Amino acid sequence: MTKSKKPAVGRRNFLKSVAAGAATLAAPAEALHATPGAPAVPQPSAAMPVLPPLIETDPPAESEVLNVDRTGSDFMVDILKNLGFEYVCCVAGSSFRALHESVINYGGNKNPELISCCHEESSVAMGHGYAKVEGKPLCIFAHGTVGLQHASMAIYNAYCDRVPVYMIVANIIDATKRDPAYGEWPHSVQDAAAMVRDYTKWDDLPISLPHFAESAVRAYKIAMTPPMGPVLLVADSELQENPIQAGITQTIPKLALSTPPAGDSAAVVEAARMLLQAENPVFVADRSARTQAGIDHLVELAELLQAPVIDQAGRMNFPTRHPLNQTSRRAAVISNSDLVVGLEAPDLWSAVNTYHDQVHRTSRPITKSGAKIISISTGDLNIKANYQDFFRYTGVDLSMAADAEATMPYLIEEVKRQMTGDRKRAFQDRGAKLATAHQKALDEARNDALYAWDASPISTARVCAELWSQIKNEDWSLVSVLRHFSWWPLRLWPFDKHYQYIGTQGGGGIGYNAPASVGAALANRKYGRFSVSIQDDGDLLFAPAVLWTAAHHRIPILSVMHNNRAYHEELMHVQRMANRHNRGIDRAGIGTKFEDPTLDFSRLAQSMGVYAEGPITDPKDLAPALKRAIAVVKRGEPALLDVVTQPR
Amino acid sequence: MKRIRVCGPITVFALAAALLFGPARAQSQNAAQTSKSVDAPAGNVEAGKKIFNKYGCYECHGREGQGTTMGGPRIGPNPVPFEYFMSYVRKPTREMPPYTAKVVTDQEMADIYAFLQARAQPPATMPAILK
Repeated sequence: MTKSKKPAVGRRNFLKSVAAGAATLAAPAEALHATPGAPAVPQPSAAMPVLPPLIETDPPAESEVLNVDRTGSDFMVDILKNLGFEYVCCVAGSSFRALHESVINYGGNKNPELISCCHEESSVAMGHGYAKVEGKPLCIFAHGTVGLQHASMAIYNAYCDRVPVYMIVANIIDATKRDPAYGEWPHSVQDAAAMVRDYTKWDDLPISLPHFAESAVRAYKIAMTPPMGPVLLVADSELQENPIQAGITQTIPKLALSTPPAGDSAAVVEAARMLLQAENPVFVADRSARTQAGIDHLVELAELLQAPVIDQAGRMNFPTRHPLNQTSRRAAVISNSDLVVGLEAPDLWSAVNTYHDQVHRTSRPITKSGAKIISISTGDLNIKANYQDFFRYTGVDLSMAADAEATMPYLIEEVKRQMTGDRKRAFQDRGAKLATAHQKALDEARNDALYAWDASPISTARVCAELWSQIKNEDWSLVSVLRHFSWWPLRLWPFDKHYQYIGTQGGGGIGYNAPASVGAALANRKYGRFSVSIQDDGDLLFAPAVLWTAAHHRIPILSVMHNNRAYHEELMHVQRMANRHNRGIDRAGIGTKFEDPTLDFSRLAQSMGVYAEGPITDPKDLAPALKRAIAVVKRGEPALLDVVTQPR
Repeated sequence: MKRIRVCGPITVFALAAALLFGPARAQSQNAAQTSKSVDAPAGNVEAGKKIFNKYGCYECHGREGQGTTMGGPRIGPNPVPFEYFMSYVRKPTREMPPYTAKVVTDQEMADIYAFLQARAQPPATMPAILK
């Protein structure tokens, strides 16, 4: 690595020098005729006006240094490369202009490649979606003030979803180096990370390049250690832009990711004993599986015990067509169980209780009296006080502060060790009944899908069926939230791979789905997978320009609009209040519906360079439109179909 | 305008029990199958359609009453018997918000009911794309 032998001249020193030169040129005549050699008259700071633009042909003062060979930002890019980042998502910002330039020139714009975003919330949400497919973070650059403020909602989602997001935000720490003409004062902050510290896992403000190197590696390690989460580094603009001082160590510390914490051996033995003794155990998995191994191990354990699995859909945890998948029979299965095992289920309480949203909010347990509960979760290992994403406290009988996926192999071995022939035979009988119930539930779901089959607006079940018929032979990946879509794909499609479903937004922040699905599609691209997203209308309206990002970077993804022309969940909430208050039950659409005018998402997408059709209101038009859009995506480009749908 | 005579139930208690303990999707079919024929008020399908949408019934049950997993159960085309329909809508026991006589008249309820009865039956054979 080369090191500059030239003196350090910061960007702002440079600007200041040039500004001073310009001030001299524009000074009153008497100043210009000051006696040569006489001491300069100090100018008051208030005399630093907003200067007219410099003429680029003006010759620089001889003493100024106009070029530098290797800057701190180059070294920062070395670190990013060393950490294996494939992409940097950012909205271009002056406070990290050196990092930006180093990525595209010094780094060759490859590993990481710079992805142009149009909103910092989109940058972070892209990282959120990408990480859930790829299993590692991408990097996000942003202003430490206005950029981070835009990004904060998406950071909160990632925090609640326990997803690694790696942010570098820029700041001008030395107040004397801030250029008032460039808005650098309002873009500077004492403690940039403060505003998101409640929902990030770790942050730091390195004041030297060796410090930056250590903290960058530490941040990566922390982000990737379960429970995973967002981390943030502040990159001082001077540190980025100044040449690397002679003698500064440019060593990047070695990264060894921590192995996730597995359950204590005694607790594992006890859990196995309880599972084998229970007559009707049930697994409740939420963010249990991070990888294919996580899915496969849960399948193995469930099959050993012939125990049902309820998938709360925080991740792709368990194959949807597996006979032991009893998700659609949640209430029946849990009310019949004598042992509930929560696997990375932050909201275990809701799995074992009902909740009643009437004037008097009430709840009651649905488990049998005496039923036991085991929790295997990293939730307690990173919990903060302010934001309440830890859900209601659940009284459990055995709690392992451990990663469920990492614990699974030990639990499998212990169950095998303690298994007896009698129990195995009993389990087979139990499994046969569950298989019958699973098939019945699937038949019922298909039957449910038939209702409103030919309706307009198009039923969500019909959209789901038409879509499946055309992508089922692809290596597909469904990269969207499904909650508002009545979970139809999970009810009807056979999911069995970890990338086929990536869960929800975590914090419930709207505006996640569009960018997260594009981020997931970015991760899928190199594997040649077919990414498909069911895109809520209200969500897309938050930051629709991510469609341009997808078009610009040729990120292939099929977005099928779930265009119910409302913030429909909020519509239902307002309706509930109107009914409760016995008034105006026909007015809940005020402030919740997208009417007068309706939105044309196909034209919105087309304006950003995305192939689009719609609005599609007749179900018969859906199949041919899907065929055309799929052909576009298979060419490597994004496509969007605006489908006007039933509400849910 | 199309008017429909509806058949209603006798055993409200049994229906309530079915609602509490049975699967949501089975509510309308079970009730219809076990009810005895009783005349219900005449309802106007077109008026019912307007009211069903205007008063927000569709928000949870779908515009065809097909039901959703994230809202209300299926209530069309074979709704529960009218007496039970009326009593449950007026004073629901689960998550549904109440529609009292102050905000929905009995005649409007009859119109909604007629609309639900008139919804299209599902296809007789399973479409290939659903298999």
